[in-house]
Order: sequence, then C-alpha cells, then structure tokens
Amino acid sequence: MNLNFSFFTHDVIANFIFKGLLFSIQLSLVAMTGGALLGTLLALLRLSSKRWLSIPAKLYVNTLRSIPLVMVILWFYLLIPMLIKRSIGAELSAFITFTIFEAAYYSEIMRAGILSVAPGQVNAGYALGLTYWQCMKYVVLPQAIRNMLPVFATQTIILFQDTSLVYAIGAYDLLKGFEIAGKNYNRPVETYLIAALVYFIICFFFSSLAKSLQKKIQIIR
Amino acid sequence: MSSFFQWKIFLQDTGGGQTYLQWLISAWGWTLAVSFCSWAIAIIVGVFIGIIRTLPNKFLLFIGNTWTEVFRNIPLIIQIFIWYHVIPSIFLSLRQVPPFILVVIALGFFTSARISELVKAGMESLSKGQLQAGLALGLTRSQTYRYILLPLAFRIIIPPLTSESMNIIKNSSVAFAVSISELTMFALQAGEETSRNIEIFFATTFLYFVSAFAVNRLALYIENRLKLPGAIGGAR
Amino acid sequence: MIEIKNVSKWYGDFQVLNDCTSSINKGEVVVVCGPSGSGKSTLIKTVNALETIQKGEIIVNGTSLTDPATNLSKLRSTVGMVFQNFELFPHLNVTENLILAQMKVLNRTQNEALSRGLKMLERVGLKDHKNKFPGQLSGGQQQRVAIARALSMDPIIMLFDEPTSALDPEMVGEVLDVIVKLAKEGMTMMCVTHEMGFAKNVSHRVIFMDEGKIVEDTKTDEFFGDLGARTPRAKDFLSKIIRH
Repeated sequence: MNLNFSFFTHDVIANFIFKGLLFSIQLSLVAMTGGALLGTLLALLRLSSKRWLSIPAKLYVNTLRSIPLVMVILWFYLLIPMLIKRSIGAELSAFITFTIFEAAYYSEIMRAGILSVAPGQVNAGYALGLTYWQCMKYVVLPQAIRNMLPVFATQTIILFQDTSLVYAIGAYDLLKGFEIAGKNYNRPVETYLIAALVYFIICFFFSSLAKSLQKKIQIIR
Repeated sequence: MSSFFQWKIFLQDTGGGQTYLQWLISAWGWTLAVSFCSWAIAIIVGVFIGIIRTLPNKFLLFIGNTWTEVFRNIPLIIQIFIWYHVIPSIFLSLRQVPPFILVVIALGFFTSARISELVKAGMESLSKGQLQAGLALGLTRSQTYRYILLPLAFRIIIPPLTSESMNIIKNSSVAFAVSISELTMFALQAGEETSRNIEIFFATTFLYFVSAFAVNRLALYIENRLKLPGAIGGAR
Repeated sequence: MIEIKNVSKWYGDFQVLNDCTSSINKGEVVVVCGPSGSGKSTLIKTVNALETIQKGEIIVNGTSLTDPATNLSKLRSTVGMVFQNFELFPHLNVTENLILAQMKVLNRTQNEALSRGLKMLERVGLKDHKNKFPGQLSGGQQQRVAIARALSMDPIIMLFDEPTSALDPEMVGEVLDVIVKLAKEGMTMMCVTHEMGFAKNVSHRVIFMDEGKIVEDTKTDEFFGDLGARTPRAKDFLSKIIRH
C-alpha cells in the first residue's frame, strides 16, 4: 500500500486535531494539579500515626492502583451519573476520573519523597529549636520535592499518554481528533502514523527535559 | 442489597450456548494469555536492550536508546493501533497474523522499553569495582556480566520488575480497543447486553485484582528466596 | 617482570598520568605512595589494563598490554589484584568466590578449584568461614578472602590498591600480616598504600607520585633513611604522614 500524507493540511489540523490537542493538554494539566494536591493530602494522611486517617488513605491508593485505568474510566462514567442523577458527558467525566485516579499515583510519589529525607534532618531541625511545622516547611518538604521531581515529571508524561484512554468513553481528545480526521479523509493508516509521531515528539521533548532536570538535581546532591 | 445486586445474571445464558460466568472466565483466560505472552517478550527484549545500553559501544548504545525512547514515548493504545491497523496494511504478508499476536507484540515491545530502563539502572547502580574485580580475575566481559553483574542487578530490579509485571496485566485491558475478547471487552459487551453494568464491572475488576495480587505474592516469594545472607533484611 | 614505559593518560582535558616510567623485577616488593589524587591508583590499574592508556607502553611478563592482539583476560588471570573495597561478589559465598574464575578462566575442574581455593583460604586463616556470604564477614575478613581469591589463580604478581584504607583501624593489622607473609615468601608485588610502617619494613623500593608524575623511584632504605636527599614534595608528604 502506498502512503499518502497530502490530505494532512492546515485545515485538517485546525478542524480536527487542534480541538483534541487542547482537550488532552487541559485534561493533563487539571489531573496533574488536582492529582498532586489530593495526592499530597493522601500522602500526609498515610504517614499519619493515627490509624483512622492512614488506613482509609491506604485503601484509596491501593485500590485505584490495582485496577486498570480503562476500567476506572468506565466505572466513573457509569457511577457518576447514577450518583448525581443526571448525565455529565464524557469530557467532564474524564476530568473527574483522571484527577481522582492520578491522586493515587502522585500520593505514592509524595510519600516516597518525604520518606527519602533522612530522619537525621528532622532531628537536626528540632535540635535547632524548630517546631514540627517549621521543620516540615523549611527542612523536609524542600528536600522531598527536590528528590521526587524527576519521578513526578515521569508520572506526568505517563499521565499525558494515558489521557488517550478516554477513547473508551468516546471523549474528544487528541487521538480522537486524528481518528475522525482519518475516517473523514479515508486515510486511517496515515493518521495513526502522524498521531504516533505527534505524541512521540511531545513526550520525548518533556522526558528529555525531565532527564536534564534529574542530572541537575544529582549535581546538587 | 439483594434487590440492588443481581448476581444471578452470571448464570443467565448469553444466547450463544454459554453463561455469562463462562464468558467471564474465558475473558479472564484471554487477559492472562495476553499478559503472560507480552511479559515473556518484554523480559527477553527488555533485558537484551537494557544490557546493550550498558556496553561501551556507541552503535549498540544508539540502537538501545532509540528503541527505548520510541516505545516509551508513544501511548500504548496508539502502539496497538499501529500494530493492528497500520503494519498489516503496509506489509501485506502480515495480514494473516491473528490480532492476538499483534497485540502481544505491541504490549510486549511497549513494556520492553520500561524493562530496559530498569535493567540499565540496575546495572549502573552496581559499583564499578565489581566489573573491575571480575575483569581483574581474567573473566571476559561477557563472563563478568553473566556470573556477576546480571545476577546482582536482577536482585536489585525484582521489586520494580514486579510492579511492571502487574502493570502488564492492567495494560492488557487496552487490548479492548482492537476487540480482543479479554476482560475489559467482556465488561463493555456483557454490560451492554445485560444492562447489569455494576455486577459485570464488579466481577471484571475483581478478577484484575486477583490476577495482580497473585503476581505480587509470587514476586515476593521469589524476592525472599533470592535474598542474600548478610544483606539488609537478608537471612543471617 | 613489569615494565612501565612513558605512560600518559587523560580524562578529557585532565591529565592523570604524566610520562610515568618504572619497572618491577621478579621477587621485588614495590610500594606506591603519594597524596590523594596523585594518580597512584590509576597507575596500578593500568598494569592489568583496567585503565587504558593513551600514550606509552606497559609490558607484563613479556606481553605488551597496548598490543591489540593481546588476550587481556588471559593476561589478567596471571596478575592478581586486591581492591580497596574488597569487591567480593556478594551473591556468591566464600567458596564460590574462590572457585568461579578458576573454573571459568583456567578451566580447572570443580575439585581442583576447591582444593586450591581452600588451601589459599587456610593460608589467610579463614577456612572456617568457607560457607559464609561476604555480607556475613567483617571488612578485614572480606579483604583476606579477596587476597585468597586472587592467590587461587596462581598469579605471577600481586597488585594491591590501597588494601587497608577502607578498613576499621583494628582490622588493618590482620590484613597487613597476610600481605607481609606473602612478601616474605617471595611474591612479586606492587602495593599502593599509606601504611608507611609496612613500606619501611617490607618493601624493596618506593615509588612516590604527585600530580600524575613519578617524582621519586628509590630504594626503601634511602627513601626513609635520608630525608635530606628527598624532593621537597616527598619531604612534605612524609612529614605530614609521620607527624600523625
């Protein structure tokens, strides 16, 4: 079969691709921000010495981490309308699902980051007269965030790739944009190739960025 | 509860001569088959690529790095589409290859990139002195890799390898996109046929959970068996 | 037995070895000393080609290391090496550490390798520990096993790269005792060390290095006997070491 990419013009990009790209980026950013905030809260709960705080957090994290994302997407798309008694559409459902789902992953990263700070550091902080919260704010968290930044970046790139799984509920994301364009111009093979290339360029750029970040951090250590 | 959940749906006939329970079990079998075959490919290819990325050879390093970056930076669902839709229409001789094989290759190669990263990191975490000690005794580089560096690196990467193996089971769900009749496909189809989505999803999710849990236990067992005496947490 | 001729080595722009020339004869014990970063560890590792060189030549027992036709693995099997951090293989027990290279490199049978290995283990006084893993031994014991491992290969020369500097002070003695015994038995050896007492009592010659150069290459008696005749750098180094 001969490949023919001539159909792929400015119009195709403007009419089909751009809308999808915008959604994929929005979804990634919202899930990253919301997931990181919720994830930090979950991490602090899990590290708490009070079992009624740590056990529910652990349950939340472990449950979501052991279910395939596609199933989670399908579950939420099924359950949210049942709970609020009205339908909300695939896009909004995706925002909610990804935020809640990613929180489970980010919380593990946060927890590992906090645990990576040597206990001697906390003791040194106390010995200088800092309070618990001062210790967290000035000593532990700055080091924890620095330690976990590379993993955080990697997870966020995976998140961006995973947004393509909203395919399961038919939300209009970058992949969907390519797919519709492919159907309209009867060029599915070419559009899948371009889609792969576009995702590759975006992810490769950010993962290279994350790698150089990691190198910089290693030097500081 | 019993009025809300109707578990007897699983005993109902699908209209094709089997119950939904039988269909569910067969779907589970497909999930495990896809996962296991992909895992085998991922380990073989991933270890190989990981090793060549640690050798002092620029060409092999380039091949290894390119492989890893390509398969790591394209979403799995698109890689599956490429293997399923694109490759057979470019290489017509591949039209006869069953979709199961194509999906297994896609998931296997996708995961091989991650495993190559683990292997490389594991090898790099070993001290340079171990390589030198092996060479100083007159072992060749490949003997040093085989008897010293790889056995050590393998122990280090078992925990991340475990989570990667559990990921394969989860990622096999993406095969629904090309209509492999595994668990997620079952959930979608059976859910639609019966309109008892909740029960169907519960059963599906439960089986994913059981599968991942089993892998986790197995890995813990292996990890404990391989623990070195005198190492932290190892037998004394 | 070993000839080092005009050897130079660079890491990028940084020159670690600068035109080093020396030789070691059969039965000779040579100590290499100098401040840290002077290139002494790099020099000793060039002798069995663990570090490559960009200029010059090294000849071990008549074979040139820089000749691409040289089988480095074969050659290394005749040169025993002991590392600063022991480098026992942690996943193998003591016996397995001793026999691995004998079987894979010298093609000895398991029985031959075992009898040779255990004999060497007895020589370093650790026969009772043959079934332990490296992680179960003290640093001093690990280093003695590492010496036995190197000796099991029947080397014609032994290289020691700071064999005691990673040890707790109370374990330095047991390791030095083993090395002294070896030297007294006539083993050819090259030893990078800060243990000046050992150098004084056991070695025949001292090579003093600074900034990648061999600054002095002197008979031991002269090196420690006549401080006035030393180069300023060696004098400075010796006075610092002796003061403590």
